[in-house]
Amino acid sequence: MDKFIRLKSTAVPIPVEDIDTDQIIPARFLKATTRDGFGSNLFRDWRFDNNGNSIHDFVLNNNIYKGQILIAGRNFGCGSSREHAAWALGDYGFRVIISSFFADIFKSNALNNGILPLQVEDKILHLIFKEIEKNASAEFEVDLERQTLSSEEIGDVSFEIDSYKKKCLLNGYDDIDFLISIRSEIEEFEKIQETY
Amino acid sequence: MGKTMFDKIWDQHVVKEIPGGRQVIYIDQHFIHEVTSPQAFAGMRKRGINVFRKRKTLATADHNVPTLNQNQPIKEPLSKKQVDTLIQNCKDFDVELYGLGHERQGIVHVIGPELGLTKPGKTIVCGDSHTSTHGAFGAIAFGIGTSQVEQVLSTQCLILQKPKRMLINVNGELSKGTTAKDIILYIISKMTVGGCTGFFVEYAGDTIERLSMEARMTVCNMSIEMGARGGLIAPDQITYNYLKGRVFSPDEKEFNKAISYWESLKTDANAEFDKVINIDATDIEPMITYGTNPGMGIKITEAIPHINSDSFSKSLSYMNFNPGENMIGKQIQNVFIGSCTNARIEDLREVAKFIKGKQKSLQVKAMIVPGSKQVELQARQEGLDKIFKQAGFELREAGCSACLSMNEDKIPSGEYCVSTSNRNFEGRQGPGARTILVSPLMAAAAAIEGKIVDVRKYLN
Repeated sequence: MDKFIRLKSTAVPIPVEDIDTDQIIPARFLKATTRDGFGSNLFRDWRFDNNGNSIHDFVLNNNIYKGQILIAGRNFGCGSSREHAAWALGDYGFRVIISSFFADIFKSNALNNGILPLQVEDKILHLIFKEIEKNASAEFEVDLERQTLSSEEIGDVSFEIDSYKKKCLLNGYDDIDFLISIRSEIEEFEKIQETY
Repeated sequence: MGKTMFDKIWDQHVVKEIPGGRQVIYIDQHFIHEVTSPQAFAGMRKRGINVFRKRKTLATADHNVPTLNQNQPIKEPLSKKQVDTLIQNCKDFDVELYGLGHERQGIVHVIGPELGLTKPGKTIVCGDSHTSTHGAFGAIAFGIGTSQVEQVLSTQCLILQKPKRMLINVNGELSKGTTAKDIILYIISKMTVGGCTGFFVEYAGDTIERLSMEARMTVCNMSIEMGARGGLIAPDQITYNYLKGRVFSPDEKEFNKAISYWESLKTDANAEFDKVINIDATDIEPMITYGTNPGMGIKITEAIPHINSDSFSKSLSYMNFNPGENMIGKQIQNVFIGSCTNARIEDLREVAKFIKGKQKSLQVKAMIVPGSKQVELQARQEGLDKIFKQAGFELREAGCSACLSMNEDKIPSGEYCVSTSNRNFEGRQGPGARTILVSPLMAAAAAIEGKIVDVRKYLN
């Protein structure tokens, strides 16, 4: 997994609530057997019409918005557990998703792919949307070590992340490396476990 | 202080504490399917590691399989590749596969319970959010991502933050025509699509206790639709009767010992939950969704609400509905009866009983997709296939089908589909398709009339 330490970037706003993973990557694009290439179908049905033409008023088709940070409405990533959603966002170039609330499975999938789901209060999210609306090239700085998100409008805002996941992101560690290293402890556990 | 059932099961599966509050949790049963497993196996090949506990993972092909002519090679090349990859992976890594053509094949959340692999007290995961279904047996069951599928294959463990506990009590007599699906659609409409995020829900109360195992599965199945990690129901005699004699259930000698262990898992009388919700079952009516998430549901007699938000307007515009309208009378073109929510034998029986002697509307395409090969076989043995045929409903072969339309079973753009599945997201049943979620009974009635109806008018 790629490390994540610090990032300064402009951002792409999608002020829609309850964005589900079916929108992030529709099911018909889940047929691949590798992790690559999902970015081209990110938000496929919001970006393109049924004939494959760009839908101009969708933000990803608007050249003035770009960057490695996606700003989205409350409850981002609800629905299906498909990790392909995190792969698509990462493949497209996003390293940070800012929202006021994340669905659990998406959050876990993002973290397992070096993407930081950064949760802020609703009022901060509102300010961020306003800031981008005023100035599409507004820059946001995410400092994982200090756990802060900064911009001209919001100043320094701190965010939460549990210390284990923070360490994983800062060092590029996967859960699986750790789990494999404790296989003998897992075997010990199995000896005392009662099941039917 | 007493413990909740969730705490008891969780705590029995803690292998190790991690600084910062996470825990290593042991997984008793892992299910995999063709869509969310290939990248996990690829990761293991790259690391050069084997499956840690081969007999604790079971594979099936369900999400991406055709529901016609399953005895013939899959026509769609990408689907074929994905299913072939699963076959190869299961062979290379020695994982049991109930693939296409196998008598035990079916939707992963239908076959787990019917084989008796799903049992009280277990931790169960699958790369699919509807794994919450298995919680109906008093198990901790939840969906995971593919990186986690790889972790379970490699170590039988996951590193998790323990969710908070929520109790949802449902008490009172359900009215005629109101089913388990209506209970859960009603609860989700109250809790909203993100209202239970961070929680693991226990469903209790006399209404829940009276439900059959299959109905309980319908309730637990949709826990994820309000954001809950999972939902579970205390095991009882109904659970034990269901489990007795199944392929992977404890044998007769062990069964009573198992029951006394399972009984010990129940929530203690003085246990505390982080949140408690009380639902009056007598307030529930047949439910229906009007929007693009499962929280956007109303009673069939209610009107679509007025809500001042861009997301709400976007949703109604996609559905081509307006605030203040009633759903009754709206024309529909498709009916889908299937999915891990409602494709078990009781669902099919209920539909058959309702449509027997009736004819579907000419303008409606009505499809019934059984949840498993065993459900399909049972339906045929009971003669339900003939009833479906006479009424103009098409009985297909087992799979996830038009619940997520990864295969050919898609709803045309702009058309409405009254569906017994679990998600009405934009494009869920095909690009531009408009999904309306209901119970099997409501879906059957809509197919007969070609429009949305209150099924109760037939039942009095």
